[in-house]
Amino acid sequence: MNASALLILIYVLVLASYLGFELISKVPPTLHTPLMSGSNAISGITIVGALIACNEMGYTSIAKWLGMFALILATINVVGGYAVTDRMLKMFKKK
Amino acid sequence: MSIAIEIAYLIASILFITGIKLLGKTKDARRGNVLSAIGMLIAIVATLLTINVLTFVEIFVCILIGGAIGLFYATRVAMTKIPEMVALFNGFGGLASFAVALSDYFLKSEISAASLDAVNLTSIILSVLIGGVTFTGSMIAYLKLDGKVSGQPITFSGQHLLNLALLIAFVITSVMVFLDPTNLILIGILVGISLLLGILTVIPIGGADMPVVISLLNSYSGMAACATGFILSNNVLIVAGSLVGASGIILTQIMCKAMNRSLTNVLLGGFGQTVATGGQDGPAIVVKEIGVEETAMLFDAASSVLVVPGYGMAVAQAQHVIRELMEQCEKRNIDFRFAIHPVAGRMPGHMNVLLAEANISYDKLIEMEAINDDFPNTDLVFIVGANDVVNPAARTNPQSPIYGMPILNADKAKTVIVSKRSMGKGYAGIENELFGYPNCLMLFGDAKQTITKVVSEMKDMS
Repeated sequence: MNASALLILIYVLVLASYLGFELISKVPPTLHTPLMSGSNAISGITIVGALIACNEMGYTSIAKWLGMFALILATINVVGGYAVTDRMLKMFKKK
Repeated sequence: MSIAIEIAYLIASILFITGIKLLGKTKDARRGNVLSAIGMLIAIVATLLTINVLTFVEIFVCILIGGAIGLFYATRVAMTKIPEMVALFNGFGGLASFAVALSDYFLKSEISAASLDAVNLTSIILSVLIGGVTFTGSMIAYLKLDGKVSGQPITFSGQHLLNLALLIAFVITSVMVFLDPTNLILIGILVGISLLLGILTVIPIGGADMPVVISLLNSYSGMAACATGFILSNNVLIVAGSLVGASGIILTQIMCKAMNRSLTNVLLGGFGQTVATGGQDGPAIVVKEIGVEETAMLFDAASSVLVVPGYGMAVAQAQHVIRELMEQCEKRNIDFRFAIHPVAGRMPGHMNVLLAEANISYDKLIEMEAINDDFPNTDLVFIVGANDVVNPAARTNPQSPIYGMPILNADKAKTVIVSKRSMGKGYAGIENELFGYPNCLMLFGDAKQTITKVVSEMKDMS
């Protein structure tokens, strides 16, 4: 990877972190648990990396097995995270 | 990588950000979560388009297995067990990043040592470290929360020194990996140290500090995803990872502030052990007991009630009978609200979820800063399974380990009733002088059973 490509990734990291800080500090304490389980689901974005790692051909390579293992875990995170967050948010009602 | 896929990743990133933004308002939050899920779906589909069709079968099988486990768990888990679930999922996220990093390492080292450049190796090493620590740390947090391992801090002499030594060993081994990238023994050492560090850094932290630990591990799982993004030069991983990283850090700060502790202090651990000796030289506290009938009468006579819930309410599963109590009070036009301390429960916002589950309107759930001035004008404060968060020692006793921690001013109300199983101490392991105050009455017994009796007494009155 060359320096300018790395720099762009760092740009993205810094700006997204700032944006994250701004947005998340506005989330009311009432919603902190769903925020956590929701962000848990978002951290399942590793699924993208896992899919790429799974794409390896042939079962003899450790890379593929690790990729498949990661894919199962990341899918648990994504599906479970979004589902439980939705289940929780559904309960927050105002009467 | 084609432009179309890059654009799909961009859309996914925007959806994640919008989703988090909508979480800022309770009424929009559910829609936000759906948007974020759509973003995830777009990212997954876009990635699948780059995948060789010949690998679709195993990918499909893995997604099916993971999806089934995730969905099964998410629909079955009890709301009281959400902290355990979040801890477990943090661990899975960390382990997934860890596995992707190693997978990428093996792939590249099989091609040639030269394809592992400095940026790549750094990202892989970081991903292994953060992912590994997140994984084992979360597993310990899970076991502690679930009671499979004692919630007591586990400390031994030289603990911090050992952690420091391991970290230094990690750095030295990393440097050696740069010199000899294909040496698997070195990678094995890095893996071992990472996993060990996760265990060692969480065992000294006590059960009461778990909200801080889960928040921090949440943040780590995001950072691990970020590091994976650097390995794969993938922006959507970096955006999503940093959002989660930021979220975890903010929650960690809020939790530390609400306990008046520094993050270092929490992480060094041992809280609740050393304090048992601290500052309890005063006379033994004499408490006044109250029965269910009198309690019902006090509720009947009050015009304003504030409930202070704590983890004990979750343990007793008392949130549903509290809603019945609320209905009885509202029938009598009694102002009935909840005062929620930020660290009540085992994770940030835990009490709100339990009360929402019991079908209590969220505008009744008031946070500490907004409610604290209302206590002196409140007739009756009903404390259910909370202890340290209402201990006046935090204001009055500089000797107390919780001195300086912001608390709910429950003691300032006209009458305080405490529903408590026994005279046991709170998680901080200290006496609560509030229980001996003249305006404080103790309602002993299982919260669910006693409150059920209070409710039926109240039903009989009307």
